[in-house]
Amino acid sequence: MTMRDWLLTDTPVSAWQARAGRWYRVWLRTARSPAMLFGLSILALIVLCALLAPWLAPFDPNAQDISRRLQPPGSIHWLGTDQLGRDLLSRVIYGAQPTLLIVLLVAVLSAPLGLAIGISAGYFGGWVNTVLMRITDIFMAFPRLVLALALVAVLGPGIVNAVIAIAITAWPPYARIARTETLSTKASDFLQAAKVQGLPDSRIVFGHLLPICLPSTVIRVTLDMAGIILTAAGLGFLGLGAQPPMSEWGAMIASGRQFIFDQWWVAAVPGVAILLGSLAFNLVGDGLRDVLDPRNG
Amino acid sequence: MLLLRASLRAGTTFVLMLVALMLVTFLIGKAAPIDPVLKVVGDRATPEVYQAAKVEMGLDRPLYEQFVRYVWRAAQGDLGQSTSTGRPVVQDLALYFPATIELATFGLLLGVLFGVPLGILAAHKHNQWIDQLLRIVCLFGYSVPVFWLGLVGLLVFYAKLGWVAGPGRLDDVYQFTLETWSNFVLIDAWRAGNMEALRNALSHLALPSVLLGYFSLAYISRMTRAFFLEELGKEYVLAARVKGASEFHVLVRHVLPNVAAPLFTVISLSYAVLLEGAVLTETVFSWPGLGSYITGALFSADTSAVLGGTLLIGVCFVVLNSLTDLISYLADPRARA
Repeated sequence: MTMRDWLLTDTPVSAWQARAGRWYRVWLRTARSPAMLFGLSILALIVLCALLAPWLAPFDPNAQDISRRLQPPGSIHWLGTDQLGRDLLSRVIYGAQPTLLIVLLVAVLSAPLGLAIGISAGYFGGWVNTVLMRITDIFMAFPRLVLALALVAVLGPGIVNAVIAIAITAWPPYARIARTETLSTKASDFLQAAKVQGLPDSRIVFGHLLPICLPSTVIRVTLDMAGIILTAAGLGFLGLGAQPPMSEWGAMIASGRQFIFDQWWVAAVPGVAILLGSLAFNLVGDGLRDVLDPRNG
Repeated sequence: MLLLRASLRAGTTFVLMLVALMLVTFLIGKAAPIDPVLKVVGDRATPEVYQAAKVEMGLDRPLYEQFVRYVWRAAQGDLGQSTSTGRPVVQDLALYFPATIELATFGLLLGVLFGVPLGILAAHKHNQWIDQLLRIVCLFGYSVPVFWLGLVGLLVFYAKLGWVAGPGRLDDVYQFTLETWSNFVLIDAWRAGNMEALRNALSHLALPSVLLGYFSLAYISRMTRAFFLEELGKEYVLAARVKGASEFHVLVRHVLPNVAAPLFTVISLSYAVLLEGAVLTETVFSWPGLGSYITGALFSADTSAVLGGTLLIGVCFVVLNSLTDLISYLADPRARA
């Protein structure tokens, strides 16, 4: 029996084997989707850039050299230099750090919040459901970018405040998803059985409902990360995100803006980085939907 | 009776959302580290003057009382004074908002005119090359930062090709000669019979509205495609085809009316998103709209101007949401369940 047969068998002898088999099937489906592989490789590249920036970047991202300012892309500075003579490639590589940090923090803050609200609303029903879903609907109808803008403007610019502002407006979709999943699972026989056996609410919520809500939430979070990158870059562009001299893609576009007609690369390079980052999350999110959601066959 | 019940339902939701929105903007204002009293009396005021001003402004009252006061004032059209322009915020908003509406409306028109037919086409040619092409175009639209694409657009179509006019709403020549009547440049130019100014205004409007139109096209066409694909598998479509109806007839006469209600929801929500998206677009094109006003106020710590602008966009969202709800409730019996 080969490894492959062992993984794909219809009669696994242990839970561990079944689990490994399921992950193998997920991987097989992933490998068949070129779009998702492309997205995953961009994502891996961005993560590598963020983790290994000091070793990958050819120059110090903040080292100024006025004699070499606004150089076009060439053999020394592969992507050119900005108005202070800083190497654009190095700044783009370092720029992966604040971007990934914001995206991760927003996900860590907003997904659990949305899940908690959605599962409670679906599981407990009654007035809890009514109140929580009313609040969710109200937050859903708010203008996200402008609220984030106002919040950062008032709290003061910076990464932490940008994360708080985005997270506060990002959770409602997760609450809705979690509630829908909870409602459809609540009636199922296995959950009734768990209840009849006298499992406490906490076991049912964390042991049974949460794992069922997770796949669709993960898909939605991944897709939303594309939008979060854009929002974060927008805040950076307006000068409300990461503060100088930290290199952040949105802020880099803002500083390249005045040279757009003559030294276009200063603004173009970080723009392409944002585009690729956002594209990667969109592709991976779409791919995950096909791979993780068993209802898609 | 149905109308009454629907209006009552939509009305309560509307009021609830409005109050919640105002609570949020009120709390954001409260979180500001700037002392509004100090801003009025200056930092050399004696403690007595400071205290008197604080009482005068109602800031010694409990929070809920301050909130009621805030709502009451806003209802009367008082959103405070803008410290950067020196005018009441409401006056400023009336001045800047028409430019944003102009931009967002043209963007939406483009998005609907091209997005809906393209979505139908993609559903019709499901998984063929035109569908794949549209998927890539939309994916790009979802992923590209709007302010960056605006800069690239300016570089290519204004600086290199010279097809469109540059930043701003009008060339300076017309800016100061055109009589302002409605603050909608297009309407003003039309009313004055100044065709040159009208053409100039359209040339300025072209690039930013095409840009916004592209983003709403991406969303609207994807949703249209999804709605159509879902319907095309149903039996009434099969029946119509068996009876020999042309594909065009099936799509436009049979399927389109069935997806009209959700499609309408998508379109009206994307109008709200466009009004908001205009914030970033306007800063790139120096478009004198709400977005420029808010971002300008951000940097002069002009809290009432920022919150006034935020509230206005929020109200647009709430109004569009409630109206959509009401209309789809009336139009679609399935939504009443």
